Amino acid sequence: MAECHPVGFQWVMEAKKRGAKVIHVDPRFTRTSALAHEHVALRAGSDIAFLGGLINYVLSNGKEFRDYVVAYTNAGAILREDYADAEDLDGLFSGFDPETGQYDVTTWAYEDAEPAPAAGKRELWVHPDDEHGGEHHRRSARPESYGSGGAAVHAKPSIDETLEHPRCVFQVLKRHYARYTPEVVADICGVSTRQFLDVAEAITANSDRRRTTAWVYSVGWTHHTVGVQYIRAASILQLLLGNIGRPGGGILALRGHASIQGSTDIPTLFNILPGYIPMPHAHQHLDLDMFVGLDAGQTGFWGNMRSYVVSLLKAWWGEYATAENDFRFDYLPRLTGDHGTYQTVYNQLSGKCKGYFLVGENPAVGSANGKLQRLGMANLDWLVVRDMQMIESATFWQDGPEIATGELSSTEIGTEVFFLPAASHVEKDGSFTNTQRLLQWHHKAVEPPGDARSDLWFYYHLGRIIREKLRDSTDPRDRPLQELTWSYPVHGPTDEPDAESVLAEINGSGPGGPLPSYTTLKDDGSTSCGCWIYCGVYADGQNHAADRVPGSKQDWVAPKWAWAWPLNRRILYNRASADPEGRPWSERKRYVWWDAEKGTWVSPDVPDFETTKPPDYTPPDGATAEDALSGADPFIMQTDGKGWLFAPAGLTDGPLPTHYEPHESPVDNPLYTQQASPARQTFGGEHNRYNPVGSDVYPYAFTTYRLTEHHTAGGMSRALPYLSELQPEFFCEVSPALAEETGLEHGGWATIISARTAIEARVLVTERMKPLRVRGRTIHQVGLPYHWGPNGLSTGDSANDLLSVVLDPNVHIQESKAATCDIWPGRRPRGKALPELVREYQRRAGIEGSEA
Amino acid sequence: MGIREWVEGWPVYRQLTGTDRLGLGAAAQSDVSKRLHARTEDADEVVRSICPYCAVGCGQRVYVKDGAVSQIEGDPDSPISRGRLCPKGAASKQLVTSPDRVTRVLYRRRYGTEWESLSLDDAMDMIAERVIRTRRETWEDTDENGVRLNRTEGIASLGGATLDNEENYLMKKLYTALGAVQVENQARI
Amino acid sequence: MSESGYADTQPRMGFFTDTSVCIGCKACEVACKEWNLVPASGEDLLGMSYDNTGDLGANSWRHVAFIEQQVPASRVDNLGMPTIGAPEQDGAGVRWLMSSDVCKHCTHAACLDVCPTGALFRTEFDTVVVQPDICNGCGYCVPACPYGVIEKREDDGRAFKCTLCYDRIGDGLEPACAKACPTDSIQYGELDELRERAERRKQELHDDGVTEARLYGENPDDGVGGTGAFFLLLDEPEVYGLPPDPVVTTRDLPDMWRRAGAAALGVAAAVVASFVGARR
Repeated sequence: MAECHPVGFQWVMEAKKRGAKVIHVDPRFTRTSALAHEHVALRAGSDIAFLGGLINYVLSNGKEFRDYVVAYTNAGAILREDYADAEDLDGLFSGFDPETGQYDVTTWAYEDAEPAPAAGKRELWVHPDDEHGGEHHRRSARPESYGSGGAAVHAKPSIDETLEHPRCVFQVLKRHYARYTPEVVADICGVSTRQFLDVAEAITANSDRRRTTAWVYSVGWTHHTVGVQYIRAASILQLLLGNIGRPGGGILALRGHASIQGSTDIPTLFNILPGYIPMPHAHQHLDLDMFVGLDAGQTGFWGNMRSYVVSLLKAWWGEYATAENDFRFDYLPRLTGDHGTYQTVYNQLSGKCKGYFLVGENPAVGSANGKLQRLGMANLDWLVVRDMQMIESATFWQDGPEIATGELSSTEIGTEVFFLPAASHVEKDGSFTNTQRLLQWHHKAVEPPGDARSDLWFYYHLGRIIREKLRDSTDPRDRPLQELTWSYPVHGPTDEPDAESVLAEINGSGPGGPLPSYTTLKDDGSTSCGCWIYCGVYADGQNHAADRVPGSKQDWVAPKWAWAWPLNRRILYNRASADPEGRPWSERKRYVWWDAEKGTWVSPDVPDFETTKPPDYTPPDGATAEDALSGADPFIMQTDGKGWLFAPAGLTDGPLPTHYEPHESPVDNPLYTQQASPARQTFGGEHNRYNPVGSDVYPYAFTTYRLTEHHTAGGMSRALPYLSELQPEFFCEVSPALAEETGLEHGGWATIISARTAIEARVLVTERMKPLRVRGRTIHQVGLPYHWGPNGLSTGDSANDLLSVVLDPNVHIQESKAATCDIWPGRRPRGKALPELVREYQRRAGIEGSEA
Repeated sequence: MGIREWVEGWPVYRQLTGTDRLGLGAAAQSDVSKRLHARTEDADEVVRSICPYCAVGCGQRVYVKDGAVSQIEGDPDSPISRGRLCPKGAASKQLVTSPDRVTRVLYRRRYGTEWESLSLDDAMDMIAERVIRTRRETWEDTDENGVRLNRTEGIASLGGATLDNEENYLMKKLYTALGAVQVENQARI
Repeated sequence: MSESGYADTQPRMGFFTDTSVCIGCKACEVACKEWNLVPASGEDLLGMSYDNTGDLGANSWRHVAFIEQQVPASRVDNLGMPTIGAPEQDGAGVRWLMSSDVCKHCTHAACLDVCPTGALFRTEFDTVVVQPDICNGCGYCVPACPYGVIEKREDDGRAFKCTLCYDRIGDGLEPACAKACPTDSIQYGELDELRERAERRKQELHDDGVTEARLYGENPDDGVGGTGAFFLLLDEPEVYGLPPDPVVTTRDLPDMWRRAGAAALGVAAAVVASFVGARR
């Protein structure tokens, strides 16, 4: 956190000053470790074992926050008799089909409670006999599409509040994690039992009515084939300890880009529409009714999904969207599987994808297996790159690594490339959504130079020109474009579209003007709203993202600085900060409470609950949407209002997190014969071969990361002199022991090799890297910051070129935090000798031609 | 400058006539030093902004003089950042005023070996033409079973996560109307 | 301050750099350069942990040092610093010290004493500043500095160093480095107040068992009369590249100056007297 979010880290330092204990769990000793009370060095890719160990410690020592767990989680829910755990099936949960590599999740459901699909996940619930069902649908929309929602269950399960029933979630959890003892943790993670117990004692001692513990993570947790399960493991731990929905608690994602949260909320992601509404699936969503699933009898706030969808369609197709034509639901393109960025690259290689826009993104450096990215781009008809600097993804045809090796030649690359300069953040109006869901407006200060334009300008005018060209078309496929609402006021010398008018459309409006809240959205076409979770940011026609009451003039919640979705709530699910009766769990952690006299919930924040629903509200039979949740159900986006320790729906790779090794691992999995996640998503091709498990050809583990001084793929840092001089070139970090073993010299060069390529880096030998004892062996880890490429002032090979494409099956995110390699002193070969070296290694490892 | 002013400005004169007997303080202060002040005080405008690097979302104040950025600093009013910035945030002025910024459209034709120049208008028109052409060539009305697809897999997009919400919104809206489904972002990566 | 000849009495201003909270982000280095328009010093991987600046100089007015130390496991807990790895397995821990160095703005500043042109002067804030409009690049100040701070800029010839943002503090603003510092490791303020704060912080750390915490440069009785920029360190000064016992190189200068300069000064005084007389 100190490393990549230094200014956010000031709050950790504030907490430390007030007596908080700071523990840093990371394979590397970073700038964060230097300021922590304790650094726990664990092997990259072993965190679920570590977290599972903590869960086991909590459960086996009775350290759970019992009242919270009973009232607010699904600990008491009874599971089906035919559910079988990974502990019973040697690493597989019940329902696994080895032929397809996928799970039928039927048996993970609650007993007597037919599971139902929720927003974004319906295809998982297709009955196997369904004529359009079948395995390939499961590869489409994914659980990240739930966002503030969750997968659904139809009816409330049978609950055993004593948590004693052998098939209740609590007991299943206990059995599942029973083997995650301190000794097993030490064996898998390389963490000493003493240090593990230190952490276990610290977090449990600090989690109760009066105290809360927060977990902060970043892509060190998500960049794995089991990335989603990492987060799930932390969720289980935090729910058991009562640390969700309370001040000072939570599982806090530190996101790495100014509006990466916004890019998910208003997604430029294939599988979702704004506000985590799924993209329709071709075979499941034949019309709006099927899409919204009215017959599903939904409960929780996703029960109002039809209003959100209809309002979005009204925002996009305006007067043309009517009840008679299903509000133009048919205009939405349909998914049939994974259309994610790595699948796209394969589509480029096969020639299916011909045109590509890169908008402030540098996949030649920033994505896993850069060579695959560059080969894909070299096979396009046309490529548009919008950036401020000349990034590697715009110059691959000129001086990319494959030109140097002779694998590509400029005169044989048929890709037409347009480089369009982009405006910077001070040259345009707009809002970023930060890591805590805060929409913050940035005002334009100056005009962009030359041809530089905002991306708002580019897309508005591109759409305008395309619409003009198609104005007279009679082709029905052009009608979605012809009928699209696309008139935004423009101003200034460049005809810049008015960003605030776009924000107003996102907020939504009804007969009375801008809408104040998503609860006012209607499913009859009388309201429009571009992103339901952002509804309210433009309430009363005021841009609340630009609210700027100084922090010093507000209380600590600071609600008048910018605007948080939903409805300016700063802590999500904050109803859980009060007990079931609506009283704060303790005065010390008081945040939201029920004022019986006034009949409302009170908080310095906006209560994440219906303001006047009393704690003793019991839903009548047949209630739907939020009315179906009781006054003591804090997780209002969930169909049952509970925090899920066990996920009966929503995941493709298991209802409980369990330890699997990374796809490329130096060791075997001591828990199961099943080595890696059985549901992980692999890809083929001669340029994406995988290192074998435990291979002595690629004997070392490596992990990739960022440094304070640079920004991701370097487009915003490597061209700047003041940042480049601080970290002037690519380097690797190795322990003195590894240096001795391999002959690496401090300050010298290293060549690092995987089945994909070989790269070179300067060597930093440092005590901060330590070999770990794992599975009775010494495991060396190589640290690789990944910012570099050949362009700019600070240059070097790209660490991501070493990586393969292998993905988490839920969210299609690559495993870039744990893989294997070889390393030796000296520079890598040049020209043709480089691919020859890589092939030589592949031959030795026996994987040449393995993609066939 | 008259001779008296010249002499009175002479440090030794000031040293001997003032209280700065060692001549190392006020007597040595040059006129330039005397006039020194923070250039932010001369700004025509101070514009509120947000740091474009990580997602902490630190407040920035952008000082503008004669239509150019003269300084970017942390915004002390922000309850998130309290006026502080990391090295990247502190380098924001260099980011936006960098002489290495590409400010003209560049074009590389098929099988070309060099960049060529192109007007922005022509580039926009050419890109629009290519989108329309590729969309027509790769359109899928239905799958092999006649199920509606209404899309193209011929066009893809990958955006960075420094895109504004408003920009992402127009992108998703336009791509969806175009039937492009391979619309992705750093958020996946 | 009356000796410096300023009409307005100003408290002495300075920096307290608390290295126990420094995260080594180098925001200070960049913020300094952005504000003072200091040239970049070029890309050179030094192999000194994460330090690629090397030292203070004409183009580096702030410099963050990174010190990696092996610490016996038994000492780790006492230092209040984390260990690494599994002590049961390998016994030794690591600590990573970071510290942002800067011009000390000495009470007795040798650079100032030796400057023959009056380019270096003491400001109304009792800071020491080079005036580029006066500096002729003679370079006498460079060897005079006991800390090796001031340096001539190669392509320019003149000497440069931290001004404690003389232009900013005159307008009541914080120096750029202190303003940017994410964890408030660099604190700017009235020196007397900073010294008290530093003493409290040291005591706090001692109470927490970090007995190695010590102040550096806060003592008015040291060889430079105390510094306007002082530090809380977690190890010996040498570890951070700081001289353990700095002495103003011009300690004997006043005597020398009195003797050798008396005649010259007499001449100048006569010239001045004639103009003073003429003004009447």
